Amino acid sequence: MATRAARDLPTEEFILPGSRSCAACGLMLTYRHALKALDPGKTLVAVPASCMTVLHGVYPITPVKVTCINTPFAATAASASGLVAGLKAIKREDYTVVAFAGDGGTYDIGIQALSGALERGTNFMYVCYDNEGYMNTGTQRSSASPAAAVTSTTPILAKAQHKKDMIRIVEAHRIPYIATASPSFPLDLFDKVKTAKDIRGSRYLEVLAPCPPGWGFPNKDLIKMGKLTVECGIHVLYEIREGRLRLTSRSLVLAEKGRKKTIADYVKGQTRFKKISKDQIDALQQWTDQRWEEFLQRHNRG
Amino acid sequence: MADKIRETVMAISRPAPGEAGRTGDWRSYTPVIDHEKCTGKDSCLYCWLYCPDGVISREFPLEIDLEYCKGCGVCAEECPRKAITMVE
Repeated sequence: MATRAARDLPTEEFILPGSRSCAACGLMLTYRHALKALDPGKTLVAVPASCMTVLHGVYPITPVKVTCINTPFAATAASASGLVAGLKAIKREDYTVVAFAGDGGTYDIGIQALSGALERGTNFMYVCYDNEGYMNTGTQRSSASPAAAVTSTTPILAKAQHKKDMIRIVEAHRIPYIATASPSFPLDLFDKVKTAKDIRGSRYLEVLAPCPPGWGFPNKDLIKMGKLTVECGIHVLYEIREGRLRLTSRSLVLAEKGRKKTIADYVKGQTRFKKISKDQIDALQQWTDQRWEEFLQRHNRG
Repeated sequence: MADKIRETVMAISRPAPGEAGRTGDWRSYTPVIDHEKCTGKDSCLYCWLYCPDGVISREFPLEIDLEYCKGCGVCAEECPRKAITMVE
């Protein structure tokens, strides 16, 4: 049963106010609603060096009410595997182990540990909050940054390559549950985390978390930007269960009614695309359309 | 070896509000709720839903914790009744 209204969500907050995250942080909103869907008394979180560590605060205080372990950058999934094995050894398998890593810790640095954990079929949930760059250290290029984005390591000629299709890599491990979500659709995000919590085996969630300072848009437009990523089709909301893809939320509506927003609308409001040329917009549009068609075909096949 | 006391030394943080100090100091614009426009009847709670820091209360009349509100303006932007305004 899908959650329909904000008042259906749990009231209790698991992140105390006054955290170190930036104002209008997409990750913060993601984490806030994800923790509501999990049972925080029975959850262990593994976090690598990332924006998430900043959010978790400096010793001896943390704003998060959930048990969390800070891990080395490359070892998020490996540490989570260790936690799962440890819980099994002391017969406390009712706990959920969740790994929260950024796109740097998933697409680039953590991919080896993640692939290993997925191959072993470790009983854990992996959430990748994708803000399309190494935002914590100052907006460096990652393999999740979109083509034509100016980052601090591609300052003159913007990034030339398209974003890596991480979901395809994850899907190749044939895990039971894969989903994408967006903090601009918190009810959809909440439902997906809740669904993933009750499934045994490896679960992978990817959340596109808009980053106002990194992408270069005003703080107040956080939700609008998240919605725009879905509406222009650069981020598609879906879930894959046992190989079957199903579009959800706004993407499902777009599949029925057609997309109206284009990449030109999307890049307009962000300073990281300040150097984008007409050809690059067309290339990005073509890449987006091609992916969208693939998703639509898979969705219709059922 | 059996009587050897093994003590694990770990650095553990404890939860408390205001880890980064009073984050309300970061704010240049303050959100103000017009309680005549947002009466509580059939209210959407979008401000509560979309507030990244969760500083808006769920009970009516809605209140914003100005000690920790970072002043991002998401609530004012998303309010469908335009009941929240950002004041300098």
